[in-house]
Amino acid sequence: MASFILRRLIQSGIVLLAVAMIAFLMFRFIGDPVSQMVGQETTLAERAELREKLGLNDPVPVQFLRFVGRAATGNFGISYQMGQPVDRLLAERLPATLELSVFAMIIACLIGVPLGVYTGLHPKRWLSRLFLVVSLIGISLPTFFTGIMLILVFGVELGLLSTFGRGETTQIGWWTTGLLSVSGWKSIIMPAFTLGLFQMTFIMRLIRSEMMEVMRTDFIKFARARGISEGKINFGHALRNTLVPVMTIVGMQLGSIIAFGIITESVFQWPGVGLLFLQAISTADIPIMSTYLLLVAVLFVAINLTVDLLYYVIDPRLRADNVARGA
Amino acid sequence: MEASVRPLLKISGLRVEYPGRRGTFVAVENMDLEVGRGEIVGVVGESGAGKSTIGSAIMQLLEPPGRIAAGTIELEGQRLDQLDATEMRAIRGKRISMIFQDPLTSLNPLYTVGKQLIQTIRTHSSRSEAAARQEATALLNAVGIPDPEIRIDQYPHQFSGGMRQRVVIALVLCTNPDLIIADEPTTALDVSVQAQILDLIKKLAAERNIGVMLITHDMGVIAQTTNRVAVMYRGRVVETGKTHQIIHAPVHEYTKSLIGAVPRADVKLDRFPRISYIEAATPAAKVFDIETHWLGRTRPDAKVAQPASVGPLVSVDGLTMRFVVRHAILPQNRVLFDAVKDLSLDIQEGEVMGLVGESGSGKSTVARILSGLYRPSSGSMRFDGQDVLKMSRSADVNAIRRQVQMIFQDPYSSLNPRMRVDSIVAEPIQHHRLASSRDETYAIVDDLLEVVGLGKAAGRKFPHEFSGGQRQRISIARALATRPRFLICDEPTSALDVSIQAQILNLLKDLRSALKLTVLFISHDLPVVRQMCDRVAVMKKGELCELAATDDLFNRPRHPYTTELLRLMPRI
Repeated sequence: MASFILRRLIQSGIVLLAVAMIAFLMFRFIGDPVSQMVGQETTLAERAELREKLGLNDPVPVQFLRFVGRAATGNFGISYQMGQPVDRLLAERLPATLELSVFAMIIACLIGVPLGVYTGLHPKRWLSRLFLVVSLIGISLPTFFTGIMLILVFGVELGLLSTFGRGETTQIGWWTTGLLSVSGWKSIIMPAFTLGLFQMTFIMRLIRSEMMEVMRTDFIKFARARGISEGKINFGHALRNTLVPVMTIVGMQLGSIIAFGIITESVFQWPGVGLLFLQAISTADIPIMSTYLLLVAVLFVAINLTVDLLYYVIDPRLRADNVARGA
Repeated sequence: MEASVRPLLKISGLRVEYPGRRGTFVAVENMDLEVGRGEIVGVVGESGAGKSTIGSAIMQLLEPPGRIAAGTIELEGQRLDQLDATEMRAIRGKRISMIFQDPLTSLNPLYTVGKQLIQTIRTHSSRSEAAARQEATALLNAVGIPDPEIRIDQYPHQFSGGMRQRVVIALVLCTNPDLIIADEPTTALDVSVQAQILDLIKKLAAERNIGVMLITHDMGVIAQTTNRVAVMYRGRVVETGKTHQIIHAPVHEYTKSLIGAVPRADVKLDRFPRISYIEAATPAAKVFDIETHWLGRTRPDAKVAQPASVGPLVSVDGLTMRFVVRHAILPQNRVLFDAVKDLSLDIQEGEVMGLVGESGSGKSTVARILSGLYRPSSGSMRFDGQDVLKMSRSADVNAIRRQVQMIFQDPYSSLNPRMRVDSIVAEPIQHHRLASSRDETYAIVDDLLEVVGLGKAAGRKFPHEFSGGQRQRISIARALATRPRFLICDEPTSALDVSIQAQILNLLKDLRSALKLTVLFISHDLPVVRQMCDRVAVMKKGELCELAATDDLFNRPRHPYTTELLRLMPRI
């Protein structure tokens, strides 16, 4: 077990270094950092001086090591556009994005899993078919369209929910949360639903096909033949056996909605990192872009590691001490 | 048992049908069967006979759209076929339990054995968790699982196949059922484990006065275990009676041919008796003179110029195959497994060498090494005097590979489902450039399909249109397509019904003598080996225990393991 974690950590380190390399190359080769930092009236001599001061004349490997060293201590440089340290900017925005993404994923699981179980158990009922058709629509609709439609109905016409921003937020340590106020809840529902809709249909379809697979196995037949109740068979024996592939997908998807919920964030003007990233692209704010890249890599690596560890919790066959004993 | 007592299970006039788009398929028709308490009743038949359907019908676990169309099923006078789902659930497990074929798949892999037992016990009684656990431990002990207190908290994958089937039996017993339906309970197990499990079932049925319905295709199991037997053929019971009478004095033609097809362990017969009543092979449309035909041109005696090589055709010396079970950076942490240990074996030209052993004995590894699929960790291997492992030119290796062909166990996965049968058979001919033109290739393919008894029309179909036995014939045609000298058959008939097995074995015998093939015949089934082989090698845990002429081995085994295997062999 410990050696497994160690191995995964080493692999993660390699992945992060590779991403850091790309982020660094962005810094170095997309445009000239000096000319983006200074005004037009700066003389060539001043530029050369600045270049020397920033270490841009050093050999590339030395610069890369310096970049990694700084990143490791949380120093990602100063945003060109806002003149503030990038790490502080991201730290301000991250809670909003995490809150939105996790909330969206919870909605997706809470609705997607029961629907998947139902459609998997009764594939021929008309209700299942209805769910499937609706889910197909859910998959095909582009996120911005769903978002705009929701705003139109619940925000503009009915006036029930807030259409932009996070509402009133509360500061808890370095974390800001919108979940402690009514306006915060009103604000998060629509973007979370928009973001989670695709995941919900995805989870539902995945669970459905896995359930149909598991229900055909001998151990389910044997459990039936022993008179175990349907509820225990469906939600205990069967559902648990579908979870390994589902967890993999949920983990990957959680990573991607945190990292790439940009469209939803911009439709609802959600003050998260995605919106920040979007602004950074439009102003060529390279420190923010490269740091965002690193942040996404760290998130994916962390989520994947967590999922791998959860495998061990769910599936006893994978536990290392058992493998050694052999079949 | 007094005659006045109502039978435990009484099935009369049962008809099970599967309505489908193209008419209704009748799986079971007009079936009558009785099982009394403490009695083991066998239901025997080949695949498609409807044996398993009966078990599902009793339990109301028929796969939709299957349904009981007529007849009654009574458990001590209570009609089961009229119960609704809730009432039936109270019967399932509580009064009737079922053992499935494959112990590797009938337990939930994510729950401990104890959890599955306790859940079942508590479903059917109001016992506390602790009391149920105590009972579960006692049951594991009763079915012969050592250290039940420790084993109860283990997961199914920590048990061997035989131990898992014991767990399954404990699960079946944990509610004290009156009737157990055992559907091929030992088919997936080794012969030594099979004997233990059957003894256990017999013992428990007698001790606890449980009626057992034993569904199987294996006449040996029937002969050893059951009191009475019903023989099924295409959904109907063709004969019922005391086991002894059915085995020794069968009345119905089908029973006779079924028993005739079972390989005998005591006497070696030239051929299996002609088996009527089964899917017949198309008789060869034209008769070949194998001497002049393309197929026969490389027979050893037809060889031109080259003197017959002295010594064995295949010879291996000190063969060892080592697998790394767990990888590690430090060599001392690696877990190694020797699938084959220091094996030395000579196979003479024209001989059929049997290779026998239980699962995990390394027999299939030997087959893969000989066919060139694995490279052994150490040892040497000679084919026709040439050292195969030292060959470097790919042309030389190819020349050997052409002469060595393999027939695999599972006819369902060994043929590419997307290729037509004639392309499957033609591929080796084209690969080794054995024919000069496409037309010649396909003419040879047609002849090959005739030789194996399929007829050339089969070439235009796809593998899924054939039954298991027919597919195995295709595999044989494919193996013959390179005009091999050495044929490796890895359990070629263990996935087949006994009558089909008899046909395939007859075919292999005919081809062997016509083409003067040398054969390595791998099997776990001793009677089959007795019928097929000239000499037999017995393997256990990667090592060779005994190597002797077939008759000597069966009549005067020298190694204790061989003696044990022979003792456990089911006999009719």
